[in-house]
Amino acid sequence: MSLKPHNGAAGIRADLLEISRMVEPGSRVLDVGCGNGELLDILVNERGADARGLELSREGVNASVARGLSVVQGNADTDLVDYPTDGFDYVILSQTLQAMRDTRECLRQLLRIGRRGIVSFPNFGFWRVRMKLMLGGRMPDTETLDLPWYNTPNIHLCTIRDFVALCDDLGITIEQGYTYTAGGKLVPYGSLWRANVFGDQGLFVLSYDDDVRVATDVAGESPAT
Amino acid sequence: MGHNVLGSSASRMMKSGQNMNATTPDTGDLALEGGITPLQAVPFRLANGAELAEVNVGWQAYGALNEDRSNVILLCHALTGDQYAAAPHPITGKPGWWDDLVGSGKIFDTDRFYVICLNVLGSCLGTTGPRDANPATNDPYGLDFPVLTIGDMVRVQAAFLEQIGIDQIFCVVGGSMGGMQVLEWTTSFPERVFSAIPIATAARHSAQNIAFHEVGRQAIMADPNWQGGAYYNTGKRPDAGLSVARMAAHITYLSETGLHVKFGRELQDRDAITYGFDADFQIESYLRYQGSTFVDRFDANSYLYITRAMDYFDIAADHGGVLANAWRDTQTRFCVISFTSDWLFPTSESRDVVRALNAAGADVSFVEIESDKGHDSFLLDVPEFHDILQGFLAASAQRRGV
Repeated sequence: MSLKPHNGAAGIRADLLEISRMVEPGSRVLDVGCGNGELLDILVNERGADARGLELSREGVNASVARGLSVVQGNADTDLVDYPTDGFDYVILSQTLQAMRDTRECLRQLLRIGRRGIVSFPNFGFWRVRMKLMLGGRMPDTETLDLPWYNTPNIHLCTIRDFVALCDDLGITIEQGYTYTAGGKLVPYGSLWRANVFGDQGLFVLSYDDDVRVATDVAGESPAT
Repeated sequence: MGHNVLGSSASRMMKSGQNMNATTPDTGDLALEGGITPLQAVPFRLANGAELAEVNVGWQAYGALNEDRSNVILLCHALTGDQYAAAPHPITGKPGWWDDLVGSGKIFDTDRFYVICLNVLGSCLGTTGPRDANPATNDPYGLDFPVLTIGDMVRVQAAFLEQIGIDQIFCVVGGSMGGMQVLEWTTSFPERVFSAIPIATAARHSAQNIAFHEVGRQAIMADPNWQGGAYYNTGKRPDAGLSVARMAAHITYLSETGLHVKFGRELQDRDAITYGFDADFQIESYLRYQGSTFVDRFDANSYLYITRAMDYFDIAADHGGVLANAWRDTQTRFCVISFTSDWLFPTSESRDVVRALNAAGADVSFVEIESDKGHDSFLLDVPEFHDILQGFLAASAQRRGV
């Protein structure tokens, strides 16, 4: 499979292109919550990846499979345990972490299945979110968080600082960190304070600390095997 | 340039009378070959240890093989299906069961693929079954026919395909019992199968499904005309029993919603109920019709044997009780499909297969398609289902370079 230079084609979300560039060409990738397969398409066709998807919505799955992608209809909260340990080089969780029922278990599964995890999520510490809540007294709605509080799948929102603390608790190494500015520009993660105030979204490349990985490998055998 | 597997002399042979129970169907422009061909790999040993001294295989194929024989699509038919997937049925004259999907420019594009379908072992449309003569006695086998398994059906298919020079299958596809054969192919002959589409099926037959089959078998065996299975030369057939078996089974192929939408409580050609046991309701009339037409095209003993084969199907049991072991190191590309209103092979059964495939690290897609048409959805016009087939086949063909 050839690696075509991408042309920044209209309609491709910028953050998906950025994520695809973090994946080594030819890798095995699992995209958890892959929507209608946009990122998978880029990974397969532009990065030559052996990429699979897991998606909850039937419409998303059908659209993906109809365009030739390998996607399974299922629930990440319950189905990640079925995947084999170290089955993938990367497991991607793009804008999905905040909708997971058990966030910690999800991160553990991510790094059991994949040698690296790539996770992006909306930052609740973003200054606009803070201002909306402080000055408006209402639940924030931004471009990234655009659904009203009573009708959102986002049940576990966090700030970048929260996320970093959780990784620390779980023995997860943050290999690379980025934030998206409000303008959608991806910038390398500078100081935590800066990222947590000016980042609209966080994007992290994660792996397990070596000692944690060994312990999880022993405990993390899939029940289905 | 493509070519036919048997060459022109074999085609002539079949046209000149090998085909014993059918006139050559008129398929218009569709390139077609097929007939009834003796299996060379005999005696054929079955899972239960019995041997068949002679096996014939009834088959139909459409399209042409490419140079490296890499464009074969094997269609596996369901319980009462047959090899006439896209040709008129020799008895009923009705279009093939996948006539909408197989043909020039269709999803299983016969301009591009060599699409072949084989009648399963134990059936009655050309492949050896209980109705055929036992070479030891020259009388029909009846219940002397050995009880067979889905694995036996697939091994006959594999031996036959080998015989006609096909050892690689680009895609094996089928619904219901056809899906069982697809799964069996991917575990028994993984190296021969590039991609697989098991539809509305399961890795094992559930207790509920065995129960329904048992009702059908008991209906047949309770018919005095069944005569212990030795009815062939008596001038009587267990039509009543087979008809009831079909009626009961037919209900399981539909859905409650589908029945309600199609029939509701509508009366059949009358304005009021008759206070009798005539078919007052349309649904009764419909089922009776389904039962009565079925007996003309299907053999009662075949029905017993094939339902039994489905009951015995349990892939995990063949692999140490662990389903994922069945697909360890598989390189086959899978697309598992289920339908929301299918309660005979519900989505949970497909999900078990998918879970095992995931655990084995297989390349698998899984789609549950919304349909109120029940188990039979895979035979009906469900556009979303067809889109999925199309997308999966196109991507698989690209990878295979077909």
